Amino acid sequence: MTTFDVTITVGLKEGMLDPEAMAIRNAVQHLGYETDSVKTARLFKIRLVAADKAAARAMAEKMCERLLANPVIHRYEIEVTG
Amino acid sequence: MRFAVVQFGGSNCDRDVVFILSEVCGVTTDLVWYKERLAKQYDAIILPGGFSYGDYLRAGAIAARTPVMVDVVAHAQAGKLVLGICNGAQILAESGLVPGVFTINAYPKFTCKPMHLRVETASSPFTALYKKGDIITLPIAHAEGRYVAPAGTLATLNKTDRVAFRFCDEKGHVTPASNPNGAAENITGVISAQGNVCAMMPHPERASEAVLGSVDGKKIFDSMICAIERKA
Repeated sequence: MTTFDVTITVGLKEGMLDPEAMAIRNAVQHLGYETDSVKTARLFKIRLVAADKAAARAMAEKMCERLLANPVIHRYEIEVTG
Repeated sequence: MRFAVVQFGGSNCDRDVVFILSEVCGVTTDLVWYKERLAKQYDAIILPGGFSYGDYLRAGAIAARTPVMVDVVAHAQAGKLVLGICNGAQILAESGLVPGVFTINAYPKFTCKPMHLRVETASSPFTALYKKGDIITLPIAHAEGRYVAPAGTLATLNKTDRVAFRFCDEKGHVTPASNPNGAAENITGVISAQGNVCAMMPHPERASEAVLGSVDGKKIFDSMICAIERKA
């Protein structure tokens, strides 16, 4: 078994309302930056013990489905290193 | 007849619900600490409001994965009643017992005020003592109460009479202006496919005694009691 570092990014699906990002966008604009789009996402860094890289990715996917993301509103990306 | 109110770390409406059930409605009610799980058989389980696990990750997400929820799911699968109020509703959605999700308000602010609701069905065990179309006033108190579900799910909820409550104005019109959190179709109470689980954001326990200013919410608890009595 090997240790892998997994980085999971959970964000809202395209078209989902992101009130927090809208408030942040307004603040960014107040600072004088020109932008019409800010999106937020959450980053999880998880150390996993698995047989190989593919197994680590499969575990991370299950973890997203079961807890880290809510499939009604979220999409996620997984990166495995190590 | 016996009710259980499940108390999670961070629940804060648990004792209010126990008081209303035991002292006002007159039913035996246990306050059950989530770590003790459900040792007895109950006729109904209430998941109360609050901030379980500090709303970490998503409101209700962590509580929904605690072992006591295995017991709550088994109870629900046996066809018995479950009511989730506010954080309890978020927990039920996160556990998949009702479809959709209650997420951050369109205007992302904690909102605490009385709201008009239209009772959308009187054929559920949670609303049988109302008449369809009744306009009631219950307080809301949440920052994550915007109901979101895929279009197909909303269509199914409407078609199968599983929307319990919608935000409305004082005349019962369902309008954008009467929607405090941006909920899809003003929905703020949904019922499971089996009909025995209800998740709602407003707080009926805060409107179940005249001294609190309204008794509009008491019929929800009384409806549940009647439904259980009819089955017995």
